[in-house]
Amino acid sequence: MTATQPQRVYVPGDSGALSVGADQVARSLQIEAQRCGLPIELVRNGSRGLYWLEPLVEVETPAGRMAYGPVRAQDVPDLFAAGFLSGEPHRLGHGLTALMPYLAGQERLTFARVGLTDPLSLDDYQAHGGFAGLKRAIGLEPAAIVQEVTDSGLRGRGGAAFPTGIKWATVRDAPLTPKYVVCNADEGDSGTFSDRMLMEGDPYCLIEGTTIAALAVGATQGYIYSRSEYPHAFRIMETAIARARAAGFLGPDLLGSGRSFELELRMGAGAYICGEETAMLESLEGRPGLVRFKPPLPAIAGLFGRPTVINNAMSLASVPIILAQGAAFYRDYGVGRSHGTLPFQLAGNIRHGGLVEKAFGLTLNEMLYDYGGGSASGRPIRAVQVGGPLGAYVPESQFDIPLDYEAYAKIGAMIGHGGIVVFDDTVDMARMARYAMEFCAHESCGKCTPCRIGSRRGVEVIDRIIAGQARAANLALLESLCDTMLNGSLCALGGMAPYPVQSALRHFPEDFAPS
Amino acid sequence: MSNSAAADPAPDHAGQVGPIIAAHRDRPGAMLPILHAIQRHLGWVPGAAVPLIANALNCSRAEVQGVLDFYHDFRRAPPGRHVLQLCRAESCQALGGLALEAHARAVLGLDYYQTSADGALTLEPVYCLGNCACSPAVRVDDEILGRVDQERFDALIAGLRGVGATA
Ligand SMILES: Cc1cc2nc3c(=O)[nH]c(=O)nc-3n(C[C@H](O)[C@H](O)[C@H](O)COP(=O)(O)O)c2cc1C
Ligand code: SF4
Ligand code: FES
Repeated sequence: MTATQPQRVYVPGDSGALSVGADQVARSLQIEAQRCGLPIELVRNGSRGLYWLEPLVEVETPAGRMAYGPVRAQDVPDLFAAGFLSGEPHRLGHGLTALMPYLAGQERLTFARVGLTDPLSLDDYQAHGGFAGLKRAIGLEPAAIVQEVTDSGLRGRGGAAFPTGIKWATVRDAPLTPKYVVCNADEGDSGTFSDRMLMEGDPYCLIEGTTIAALAVGATQGYIYSRSEYPHAFRIMETAIARARAAGFLGPDLLGSGRSFELELRMGAGAYICGEETAMLESLEGRPGLVRFKPPLPAIAGLFGRPTVINNAMSLASVPIILAQGAAFYRDYGVGRSHGTLPFQLAGNIRHGGLVEKAFGLTLNEMLYDYGGGSASGRPIRAVQVGGPLGAYVPESQFDIPLDYEAYAKIGAMIGHGGIVVFDDTVDMARMARYAMEFCAHESCGKCTPCRIGSRRGVEVIDRIIAGQARAANLALLESLCDTMLNGSLCALGGMAPYPVQSALRHFPEDFAPS
Repeated sequence: MSNSAAADPAPDHAGQVGPIIAAHRDRPGAMLPILHAIQRHLGWVPGAAVPLIANALNCSRAEVQGVLDFYHDFRRAPPGRHVLQLCRAESCQALGGLALEAHARAVLGLDYYQTSADGALTLEPVYCLGNCACSPAVRVDDEILGRVDQERFDALIAGLRGVGATA
């Protein structure tokens, strides 16, 4: 029997892996398997997050899953010849996947299943612990669910790091009905891709977390707002919602409890500002994404004027394990007031770009060199932008500061969504500062003057500085402009765009000198 | 992205748009779903759709136009058979995105939002495709490509120039 038993082979269907040829590799594997008379069962898993090795092909062997990568379609005959189906060594081989240092050192809670399972298989999901959190939550009083999340120390992963349990308690106590849950899967920040990876690699986790949030606050309708730049994630999420509903994990009678929760997937339309929570509500209601004045908080009067929980996708995806394992389990990871883990994302000029989920508290040095393996170009790393396009540029002198919300706030930086974008010494920081202003001008919702006009003036002033015109005067003007934006903007787009600009000025002044 | 728009010489927009609007109008906050559905079908949102949407959603034409104008995604003119988006964001910049951008514009002879004379493709900028660990990244219709150097880019374009083929 063993000779004809199909060998299970994994090739990611993650869009990052697809972007470097995973479909072609999958096709080659099937053709070659047939030619060799060695039947295989191909599973399209999510990505393990080791993107420099994508397409990463894994083979199930009695010893465990063995990794080969990066595999190109033309490598496939050679892999068969070497006997990779039995886990034999090969120049593209990395041994047992789970023991690869990049993975073995991680603390994967939110991403525990991503890359392991078939993303759309409900059986796989449950076999790997899925829906344990929901099953527990459905037997709890809403207040007890909220308490569990509060005790876990979970803070919003979308940027502002507000305690999730407190937000939920406000919505739960709000009198109006119906109530809504909105999952913010806009992931507009450059250098971030964890929302996408999770939606493509473990969509039921997001569905489970969102449903638990609904049970906790008494919401009956939810929306996942996903950006249009993620066509693969959208399709996978859409299918997952339909299958979860058909199986009773969503819909009018959740797990036979008589409780109801409907979840709908919506697509954004290419506006960065729609990641801001009130702009997102406007967008969901069918209007331009203009930021709303607060109060009222969305928790009191949100979507269609009703109490609404808005949480980042990673925040919601962290909830199932908190319910399944208990608050203390989650809370014990991390440092200070930064509890749990964060799926950090390594990108830019880095040798080993990918996803690294770790407890808070490790340093950029560990990220960049232990995990990242240094720059891709082999040149010295000079600047690292942490936390997306509104995050500060961190210089080498600060690479040893622990990644923890408070420690980063203290140096005028932010962890945000956990995106880490690396630049080598060829970067021109004056141009990066200009880009930050240009980005703000392009994406401003236009509601307030400091952001709408200030960012345009910012581009012009930096242009004059780069051209060497009245340098001292223009530098002073830029500082005062940043100050106005910081203090006078309605939301963090205008209010934080000065972060990258000022950090570039502070840490890399030589780039603003006339050449 | 549908490529039926460019292929259809005289599309009866109102006739095609009507049923799409009818299918979505009763959803709460139906505006974006309707606009997306129309664009998926035609490749763009024709002006003729504006009064029909306004009528169905019981709002003013100005409101519909306001939404169309606000969001970068919605096109008010037909695109080429393929839409090619170049990522301009930081991670891609860190790995030569700007040089790739310059190369693309030179090779294609196109600026952003322009369509090639043979109707094969429209060039657009995009702000991050979430493929930053495989920068530089581009998107062709619904396909994302990573680690795009000039050579890979040129091969992609050659593929797109062929009739209807994707790379
Ligand atoms: C300009 C701007 C863009 C934002 N983009 C996102 C985003 O892409 N994803 C996200 O979850 N939060 C984003 N936020 C933060 C949200 O407004 C909000 O704080 C978050 O969704 C709350 O969820 P959390 O508490 O779970 O983090 C953005 C905020 C601003 C000001
Ligand atoms: S800061 Fe910018 S994006 Fe935010 S509300 Fe003001 S204009 Fe809109
Ligand atoms: S920055 Fe280009 S894909 Fe993210």
